Amino acid sequence: MPAIETRPRRRTRPAARSLWTALPRQVAVIAWKDLRAEMRTKEAVNASFAFALVILLLFSFAFDPAEEQTRLISGGLLWIVFAFAGTLVLNRSFARELPNDCLDALVAAPVSGAAIFLGKALANFVLLTAVELVSLPVFGIFYNVRWTEQFWPLLLVVALATWGVTVIGTVFSALTVNIRLREVMLPLLVYPVLIPALMAAMQLTTALVAGEPLAGDLLAWLRLLVGFDVIFTALALLLMETVLVA
Amino acid sequence: MREKLLYALGIIAALLIARNLFHIFLRFPDEASQGAIFRIIFFHVPAAMAAFVGALVALGASIGWLTTRRMRFDSLAVAVTEVSLAFLAANLITGSIWGRIIWGIWWTWDARLTSALVCWLLYAGYLMLRRAIEEPTQRATIAAVYSIFAFVDVPIVIFSIKWWRTQHPQPVFWGGGSFPAEWYVTALLNLLAMVLLGVVLTAVRLRQEETQREIDAMRRYAHAM
Repeated sequence: MPAIETRPRRRTRPAARSLWTALPRQVAVIAWKDLRAEMRTKEAVNASFAFALVILLLFSFAFDPAEEQTRLISGGLLWIVFAFAGTLVLNRSFARELPNDCLDALVAAPVSGAAIFLGKALANFVLLTAVELVSLPVFGIFYNVRWTEQFWPLLLVVALATWGVTVIGTVFSALTVNIRLREVMLPLLVYPVLIPALMAAMQLTTALVAGEPLAGDLLAWLRLLVGFDVIFTALALLLMETVLVA
Repeated sequence: MREKLLYALGIIAALLIARNLFHIFLRFPDEASQGAIFRIIFFHVPAAMAAFVGALVALGASIGWLTTRRMRFDSLAVAVTEVSLAFLAANLITGSIWGRIIWGIWWTWDARLTSALVCWLLYAGYLMLRRAIEEPTQRATIAAVYSIFAFVDVPIVIFSIKWWRTQHPQPVFWGGGSFPAEWYVTALLNLLAMVLLGVVLTAVRLRQEETQREIDAMRRYAHAM
């Protein structure tokens, strides 16, 4: 047997990395895994974007798509589109793990429920934001609305509200993954819980698309949005382990 | 013993309601600006308060299940949620009737009304979620987590709309309320009656739930044999 030069193994490898170095890595691995799986098939993103287009089209029959009127309801319209299209992505988040019992493997893996939640939520956030950022210009073109006047504040609102949708959607996607009528139950449960976040997002988006600066009353809505994100992210981190082993 | 206690509580609730109905319909005069319809408030407000007490109990029971894993907590959670949902429905319906007479419309998208409706939808979702899950332990855990999320959402919904001016009247029972002392007493007694009624209904529903659980267990056992 030829002698193989082996490098001396480092013996000082810590048995258990501390939470704060391990967690970000685990989160990144899970998020990257989800994004890669999605990028190979693109099934959820394609369906979600196509659905967003269909709803945008349908709205043109619901009201007179003249610029003035569209501006007045732009927030409501956009967030209904985003919320509906979002559930298509969120539905897949845990359902994707069902074939080949991937979910069991994921739960059995030595990572905490919080890491699984954050990883999945991060991947969903990226996918949802991508769908939204493509839908926004399409909305601007179809409805003749110049929506870029307050671009950066609008981006902030979109990011905050999307995170809220993602947090609730990811937890409830895990809650409903093993139950009957999964596709029906998820939207039924998600939308009522999302109401405060969607309400704030609608108010803010309408104002920002109309070109108002982010100040005054709008800051109260922004606070509501931030508060919603913080409370439900904390709750999700706390309860995800329980949900996954149920 | 438990049986007798329930009957006793039910009788007390019935007597209280009879006493209140007598006062509300036969003793109290019509209110100056609203006329006869104002009497609905003696049911409208206590029903809402009883519903919120129920939501609080449901939260406690859900946390109780998650920490102790005793099935009784899960049964309590579903029983009290169902009863509270009925009280909240009573609140919404009485409010709607009052609105038809005073405002001329059944419903308006006012902050208070909307938030109550959202609460109702949240807890109705809880019951629907339960129906979709077969396995008892899984059902209990998933429902408990959902119940906690729903309860956290309720204050957010309510406070997020405080910034709007509401069409719904300001509270008359506290904070500069203008009710005569006698009306206060009747309203409080009606709240007591509703809570007692809620306790009795919850207890009955709880027993039903436990019996159902026993039957299911026996059926599974028979299958296993």
